[in-house]
Amino acid sequence: MKYAFFLGCTIPARARNYELSARKVAETVGIDLIETDRFMCCGFPIKAADRDAATLMAAYNLALAQEKGLDICSLCSSCASQLAESAHHLSWDEDERARVNERLSAVGLTYNKGPRVRHFARILFEEVGADTIKEHFKKDLTGLNIAVHYGCHYLKPSSIHDHFDDVEDPESIEDLVALTGATIVDYPGKKMCCGGPVLPVDEKLALSVTKKKLDTLVEAKADALCLVCPFCSVMYDGNQKSIESEFGVTYNLPVLYLTQVLGLAMGFDTKELGLNMNVVKTKELAARIGL
Amino acid sequence: MGTIDLDRSDSKFIEDLAGQPGGEMIRACFTCRSCVAGCPIAAVNREFSPAKIIRMALYGLKDHVLKSDFVWLCSTCYTCQERCPQGVTITDFMTLLKNRAIKEGFAPPGIRAQLKLVTGDGRIYPIDDFDNKKRSKAGLPVLPTSCDEIKKLFHGQDAATDTDIPV
Repeated sequence: MKYAFFLGCTIPARARNYELSARKVAETVGIDLIETDRFMCCGFPIKAADRDAATLMAAYNLALAQEKGLDICSLCSSCASQLAESAHHLSWDEDERARVNERLSAVGLTYNKGPRVRHFARILFEEVGADTIKEHFKKDLTGLNIAVHYGCHYLKPSSIHDHFDDVEDPESIEDLVALTGATIVDYPGKKMCCGGPVLPVDEKLALSVTKKKLDTLVEAKADALCLVCPFCSVMYDGNQKSIESEFGVTYNLPVLYLTQVLGLAMGFDTKELGLNMNVVKTKELAARIGL
Repeated sequence: MGTIDLDRSDSKFIEDLAGQPGGEMIRACFTCRSCVAGCPIAAVNREFSPAKIIRMALYGLKDHVLKSDFVWLCSTCYTCQERCPQGVTITDFMTLLKNRAIKEGFAPPGIRAQLKLVTGDGRIYPIDDFDNKKRSKAGLPVLPTSCDEIKKLFHGQDAATDTDIPV
């Protein structure tokens, strides 16, 4: 199983814990992640300002992967969504494809039929599969109560992600976490957005959206929140302290990437999975499984 | 709520939007407010309503729609788009309105700064030597600190960054 590894901007600079743990999990289950130096931003951060420019950047990255004959694996839900959406549009809109290719000629690339774009979690769920993942488990996470946050762009718009999971009743990530023996915590508002995209426009409003879910998670008695997107992590982990001081509340809720949860079950130690880089401390949680 | 002044209506506005990606289905909206019911922003700010923005656009209230902060509060979560019984691609329509607002010179400064940064450096968080040091220490591969191809891709072209719109 070979993929061009699309790291995007946020992960290599701000979420090295995600990258570290994903590389460990990928190596363990046999996903060969091919490094590509020439990738640039997926285009998602500029879509609100200029959709055409965002599509051009996405097409550049797609064309690079296509040149290497590889499909794309992304850890970030926004990158996966932007790349998949652009590939989807360019597959039927010939005029847009011609415009994009005219611009791509400046860097010696042509975009034809796009590579498949897959989120890492989707590859684990669909291609690696439960049996292979379980074969590599060394540690039982029974006793931990873990809630899952799917986020938005991992699943939506469903048309560009081939409806691989039900957007109204998703289960792919919970199924993966449940393999570890951890108890899945169901909670109202599971499908709610993290609020992240509004952060540069209205910080307090964005944090209010994030807070709503954190409140529910405490009520549902979750020991940790598990997610698959670095932007969502910025909101729930990175900004948890700001929310606590802004609204006068206390959560102290560890937020782990799916790859950190699976990595723990695979027997990696906390440092190998970058758990020391998580903002909300994970020591107590790790102690509960004997680490 | 104030009275709608249809003298300020621009009938060409919706015609123009309906011909753009994201605007194709906009006239099918029958204001059922399913979009509002599922909206995570409306859940914390009762002033925000995708249905209201769509209705204003359909009435041709161009300035009102493009100048207001409301379009920028859409978090692009796609809940409304997934649930719209009329098949209106609401989130894509919001993106279209945001793009149009930028072209007309209305946009939060942060959004324009982000556009300049990404189309200039090729990354929203450019990697520097310090980042690479931290990456090496963590056992991660070193990454390029600059991106020449972004300059070739956008140089002299009509990306929104190259137009003279006041920030």
